[in-house]
Amino acid sequence: MSLLTVENLTLQFRTDEGLITAVESVSFEINSGEVLGLVGESGSGKSVTAKSLMQLNPSNAVYSPESSIQLELENEVVDVLSLQDSSELVVVRGGAISMIFQEPMASFAPALTIGYQMVEQLLIHTSMSKKAAATLSVEMLERVGISDAGQRFHQYAFELSGGMRQRAMIAMALSTKPKLLIADEPTTALDVTIQAQVLDLMKDLVSEFGMAILFITHDLGVIAQVADRVSVMYLGRIVESGPVRDVLHSPSHPYTKGLLHALPKLDELDKPLTPIPGDIPSPLERPPGCVFHTRCPEVLADRCNVSIPTRTKVSQFHTASCFAIDSTGKAA
Amino acid sequence: MTETPLIKIKNLNVEFPLGRTLFGKPPMLRAVNDVSLEIMPGQFYGLVGESGSGKTTLGRAILRAVPISSGEITFDDADIHYDVGSLKKKDLKNYRKLAQLIFQDPYAALSPRMTVRDIIAEPLEVMGLTKNREETDERVRDIAAKCRLNLEHLRRFPHAFSGGQRQRISIARTLVCNPNFVVADESVAALDVSIQADILNLLKALQNQLGLTFLFISHDLSVVAHICDHVAVMYLGSLVESGPTRKLFDNPSHPYTKALLSAIPSLDPDERTKAQKLEGEIPSPANPPPGCKFHTRCPMAEDRCRKEAPQWRELSQDHYAACHFV
Repeated sequence: MSLLTVENLTLQFRTDEGLITAVESVSFEINSGEVLGLVGESGSGKSVTAKSLMQLNPSNAVYSPESSIQLELENEVVDVLSLQDSSELVVVRGGAISMIFQEPMASFAPALTIGYQMVEQLLIHTSMSKKAAATLSVEMLERVGISDAGQRFHQYAFELSGGMRQRAMIAMALSTKPKLLIADEPTTALDVTIQAQVLDLMKDLVSEFGMAILFITHDLGVIAQVADRVSVMYLGRIVESGPVRDVLHSPSHPYTKGLLHALPKLDELDKPLTPIPGDIPSPLERPPGCVFHTRCPEVLADRCNVSIPTRTKVSQFHTASCFAIDSTGKAA
Repeated sequence: MTETPLIKIKNLNVEFPLGRTLFGKPPMLRAVNDVSLEIMPGQFYGLVGESGSGKTTLGRAILRAVPISSGEITFDDADIHYDVGSLKKKDLKNYRKLAQLIFQDPYAALSPRMTVRDIIAEPLEVMGLTKNREETDERVRDIAAKCRLNLEHLRRFPHAFSGGQRQRISIARTLVCNPNFVVADESVAALDVSIQADILNLLKALQNQLGLTFLFISHDLSVVAHICDHVAVMYLGSLVESGPTRKLFDNPSHPYTKALLSAIPSLDPDERTKAQKLEGEIPSPANPPPGCKFHTRCPMAEDRCRKEAPQWRELSQDHYAACHFV
């Protein structure tokens, strides 16, 4: 069994306008030492999916009864959705799973030193003494490439630059030795040169610590650089997934193709940019049938707007949910 | 080129005081340092650099939204000639009609309490460009159609729109007073890729249709490569390289430009290179390094770079760079 298995995750939010579906029948798994990329535009449900792995969604979230999230640890299998209160959730929150967020300034408490925050979480999750926790924290800061780690340990988040804050965030997330690291757009707020440094760091850390990473981003270029496998999400559904080479070199779902065409590429300056027509539908007006049919250039009349396509095998590990792909796996 | 540039900047400096002192002058932060450039009419001029490089400040200085410390900015269009730095009341008002700004974040730029029609009409009313409501409405409808907004959209409030539609509203408001020159400051940075392409195509179409000149500020080199005719690269307040897009991207000369280009994550998973990555981070502009400002991160830096600032030199026609090694 894989480290993490998510099956049929369906998540709705109770709001004044009624139930809003954020994630629908999402299934994926992550193995140890593997980087799974989750790509999609804003509103596609990728962050909500990641947060449900730690039950971090707000209290108006309703998980459907078929949803299952299983986390396999050394001696037990944890059914994440059955965990009730925060004392039980400690196993996943910061224990077996750590998360780093997009905006590192907002993730650190501004009035506490970096060191205080790093030590605090170690005291909660491990049986370390305060002194040992401080030593480990400084070591971790050094490991992620922060110079003068001993001094930085006593500083506040505002005294660090954006890249350094994100490094400190990574050091903090890894100090409890999690089995799975969720990285939610970790480099989006950073400059390209700093982004390249942070991505390199994360790749090194995967091989060193042997943990799994769920890497969420909207940037297909970043996915190409770090992920082993990728799942593409649109309006709460995974429309295509497979090894990163297969998906990026031979995309099958019209949405994945559209995303790749819309991306400005440096080696094809003469090609005009082709946007995906239309706008993402509001979550209140979720299209029936295939969620993408309102914007799809390959839409089949009387089919795509009626029934929901199932996962079809394109090649050995590569699947896509689209009627335009016939059972032999070739795009029609 | 024999044409006169629309915007001409000569040795521009923009400084901000760092705190206040009781006696004498407070220390100054130089956000834009000795920048000279020319933007031709009808050009799509790209300005790239990391955060903290001064690109936004430069854009705002051209619009007179920040005070100019020294240097000269001139605006020439047909029979109009403005010295932007010393514009006074009436001329400044006129200049504001000619030079406009599109903001980065379409979620923050639109008032949630005004209808789309009112948002687009506001510049016309504030500047008194129309005589009556009918004329205002006509102008609003006209520009809305050009920005591909439905007439039915005009009655709604911004919250009903997606990011891409909001950015189109924001563009319509910018263009409703018929400017010649538009500064687009990270105008697609907050948008999703599928929408980003749509907005870029729209900007390009509007440029052709309305004869606009753009200063397009962005941190994303691949976007700039696609849409701009001419690109300038900024680092810590100074220009390090500039040239026609093709020349610059085919043949980057400054080590910083090279590093920026190689830092763009490649879409090909087989091309996971570690080559040419920059070490360290951009130094604080409050305390810039001496000599060439890039020497602290430059892979080629030598003793000379630490002492002597490089000259801005022409490498080939229209292609300039400031580095001792080019």
